[in-house]
Amino acid sequence: MKLAHYVAITGALLTLCASHVLAQGQPMTPEMRAAAYLASNCANCHGTAGRNVGSLPSLAGIPAAGFTQAMRDFREGKRKATIMHQLAKGYTDEQITAMANYFAMQKPK
Amino acid sequence: MNKVPLSAFTRRDLLKLAATGTTLSALAGCASMSAPKTIGRVVVIGGGFGGATAAKYIRLWSEGQIEVTLVEPNQQFVSCPMSNLVVGGSKTMKDITMTYAGLDKHGVKMVYDMATAVDADKREVRLAGGRVLPYDRLVLSPGVEFMYENIAGMDAAAQAAVPHAWRAGPQTVQLRQQLEAMPDGGTVVISIPLAPYRCPPGPYERACQVAWYLKAKKPKSKVLLLDANPDMVSKKGLFTKVFNEDYKGLIEYRNGVVVNEVNARARTFKTEFGDTIKGDVLNFIPPMRAGNIARQAGVMNSNNRWCQVDWRSMESTAVKNVHVLGDATQSAALMPKSGHMANQHGKSAAAAVVELMNGRPALPLMMANTCYSYIDDVAAVHVASVHRWVPEKSTMETVAGSGGLSPADRKVWELEGDYAWGWAEAIWADMLA
Repeated sequence: MKLAHYVAITGALLTLCASHVLAQGQPMTPEMRAAAYLASNCANCHGTAGRNVGSLPSLAGIPAAGFTQAMRDFREGKRKATIMHQLAKGYTDEQITAMANYFAMQKPK
Repeated sequence: MNKVPLSAFTRRDLLKLAATGTTLSALAGCASMSAPKTIGRVVVIGGGFGGATAAKYIRLWSEGQIEVTLVEPNQQFVSCPMSNLVVGGSKTMKDITMTYAGLDKHGVKMVYDMATAVDADKREVRLAGGRVLPYDRLVLSPGVEFMYENIAGMDAAAQAAVPHAWRAGPQTVQLRQQLEAMPDGGTVVISIPLAPYRCPPGPYERACQVAWYLKAKKPKSKVLLLDANPDMVSKKGLFTKVFNEDYKGLIEYRNGVVVNEVNARARTFKTEFGDTIKGDVLNFIPPMRAGNIARQAGVMNSNNRWCQVDWRSMESTAVKNVHVLGDATQSAALMPKSGHMANQHGKSAAAAVVELMNGRPALPLMMANTCYSYIDDVAAVHVASVHRWVPEKSTMETVAGSGGLSPADRKVWELEGDYAWGWAEAIWADMLA
C-alpha cells in the first residue's frame, strides 16, 4: 500500500469522525441560529424546540402558514386567547415568519 | 463541510488497512474523536431558572462544541414558582422538586458544590470542596441573598424561627407547618420589602394562599399583609378584587408599612414609625440583593445590591467574560425578577456565549415574561410582557402595545389555573429535561 493511499484513507476516516456531530443535522446558518434564538421565547410554555411535555400545545412541526395565521389572528383579536393576544403583539411580521419557519422544521415529539 | 459517507469505504480498503496494521489505531483515533471538537469551556454558577437554562442551551446551540460545567450546591431543584401552593396546602414539596439528571443527556457536567470565589484575571472558579474550575466564559446566576443587616433582632436564632420561605425548600415546609400548628383565631402577619425584590406578585399570591387555607380550615383567623411599598407592586386591580371578594375579612392589607425590627420570641414586628404588631405566625420577607458570589466576583456594581449587564449579551459591565443572569441583575424598565425572566436571560447569555466563542458579535434576543399567581387552589391570574433591545437607548424596553393582565373574569381565571400549571411543567422541562 502506498503511503499516499494510506494518508488519504486515514484522512477520510478522521473527516468522518469530525463530522459525526452533523449526524443530527446540518450546521446552522446565521439565519437558522437567529430563528432558533428568537423561537426560544416560546419554549418556556411550549417546550424546547416546540416539543412540549406539559399540557400546553406543542409547536414543532406546525406548517409555517398555520403558525403565521394563528399569530396574526391572536394579534388582531380574531382568535380568542387568555394570553397569546398580548404576547403576539410583541413580535413583528418578520419575526413571526422566522419563528414559523423554525417550528415547521422541527420534528414533532 | 466535506462529508464522507461510510459507503465510500469498500471492504477491500478496510482489508488493505488491516494488512498494514493501522486499522485499529485509526479506529481508536476515531473513537476518541467521536465527541465534537471543543472550542472552549464555560462554567455556570447556580442551577436555578437562569443557570440551568443557560447550561442546557449553551450545549444545544453550540452543538456540543462548548464544554459546560454547572456548579450547584443542592442535589435537587425546588421551584420557587408554585411553592406558595405548598404553603397553602394544595400542592406538596414533591410536586415542585426535581433532579438535575435530565441535563446529563445534553452533556452538562454537574458539580454539586458551592462556588466560593471567582478569579476573573485567572478565569478560575474556586469551590468550597477545594476544586478549581478554569473557564473561558463564566455564567453567574446566583439568585438573591437576604439583607438582614438592617433588621434589628434578626440574629441567626430569629432567622430560624421566623421564615422568609422566599427560597423554596425547608422554609416552605416550615411556614406550612407553622400555619397548621396555629389555632383558629390566629393572625398571620406577612411583611413585604420595598421593591425591587424577587417575584413582584409573590407576596400577594402568598396572602391569597394562606387565606385560602384559613378560610377552609380556620375561618376565625386572618392575614395581615404589611407592604413596605406605597402601593401594591403587581396586579393591583386583580389582587384588590380577590382580597375584597374571596377573602373579605380574612386579608387586611396595609400599604407603606416598613418593618425594621423583629422580636421572634414575642412574635412581633416593629415598624419604622415605632408601632408594634403581634402575630401568631410571622412571615418576614426580607429586603434582597444579588447572591454573595456576585459581590466577591466584583460584578455587584449597582447600588451595592444588583449587577449591571449589557442586555445584548448579559455580560457584566464590570468584569469581562462574566455573564450575569436572573434576579441578581439590575433589572431593565418593567422587567420583573421572575423565574420566567431568568429563563430568558439564560437563553440570551447562551446565545451570546455561543456567538462570542465562535468569534461573532452577540445578538440581542427578544425576551418575553409570563407570571401566573394562584388566587386559590384552582384559579390563577397573569401578567405578561415582551421586551426588546432598543439600540438608541442601549437597554431593553417593553414592546409598545404588547403584554397585559388577566381580565376581571373568574371563568377566565379558572382556565388560567390550568394554563399556569402547564406553564410550570413546560418551563421546568425547558430548563432541566
